[in-house]
Amino acid sequence: MPISYIQRTRERYADYPPYKWAVNTEAPWTPLLKPIKECRLALVSSGGFYLKSQPPFERDDTSYRAIPKDTDLKELRIYHHGYRDADADLDPNCVFPLDRLRELEAAGVVGALVDPAVTFVINYSHRKEIQERAPKIVAELRAAKADAALLVPV
Amino acid sequence: MGLIAREIERAGIPTLSMSSAWDVTFAVRPPRAVFVNFPLNHQTGKANDPRLQRQILVDALRAFELFWAPGMMLTLPYVWDPRDASWEEKDFGPGFELYGVGEAMQEGFAERKLGRAQA
Repeated sequence: MPISYIQRTRERYADYPPYKWAVNTEAPWTPLLKPIKECRLALVSSGGFYLKSQPPFERDDTSYRAIPKDTDLKELRIYHHGYRDADADLDPNCVFPLDRLRELEAAGVVGALVDPAVTFVINYSHRKEIQERAPKIVAELRAAKADAALLVPV
Repeated sequence: MGLIAREIERAGIPTLSMSSAWDVTFAVRPPRAVFVNFPLNHQTGKANDPRLQRQILVDALRAFELFWAPGMMLTLPYVWDPRDASWEEKDFGPGFELYGVGEAMQEGFAERKLGRAQA
């Protein structure tokens, strides 16, 4: 059965002001006009992955990192405010499936994997996410000519 | 991330979100989501199980083509351990240590080098 993580977060951080989850009853929509095997698909992750040659993330920043699609996952680092990363440490593909998407591109399941993949660490401010970070990521995806995006939240 | 998904979608790029937190995703309501009932941060599979990782992604991408209404969420039929669901009692519950060491949350953000397990 699905777990109520909202409830568990409330219990875990009972000593702090309660985090206000965004609640929406509707969603925007852009139709997918062609099959995935013809799409340029972008990987977007909020797992805090960055290259050791890049600056780490900082508290409350709204930046992102561009991870070249041919990156060896052993070159990645994680900078994040909280998740159990033992398995991501063993094998980032369990939450940042760059190796697998490269294979699916080679196999023709995905038309093309967009270069680069995009990573960041979520900010607790909804306003900053929507007004500051989202436009940067949209601009990057547009510049990379993404037809579709696969998002893996952390 | 659901908020980012909605903004990318609004900008004209279709999105699929991969969730392992059903209630959070249902609340934020990204345009399309698949739910995998695995412990948090394993939406795309178990570590070092490339076959499972590939199958989950193939299923997710097939679902991407099937969604027809905004806000739909589809559960993918994966089970973490068919013989033992006790992880559901523990994941992110009392005493569940983030980072696996339980210290970094008190210290705020922390940099971690991947590949510690091999080191």
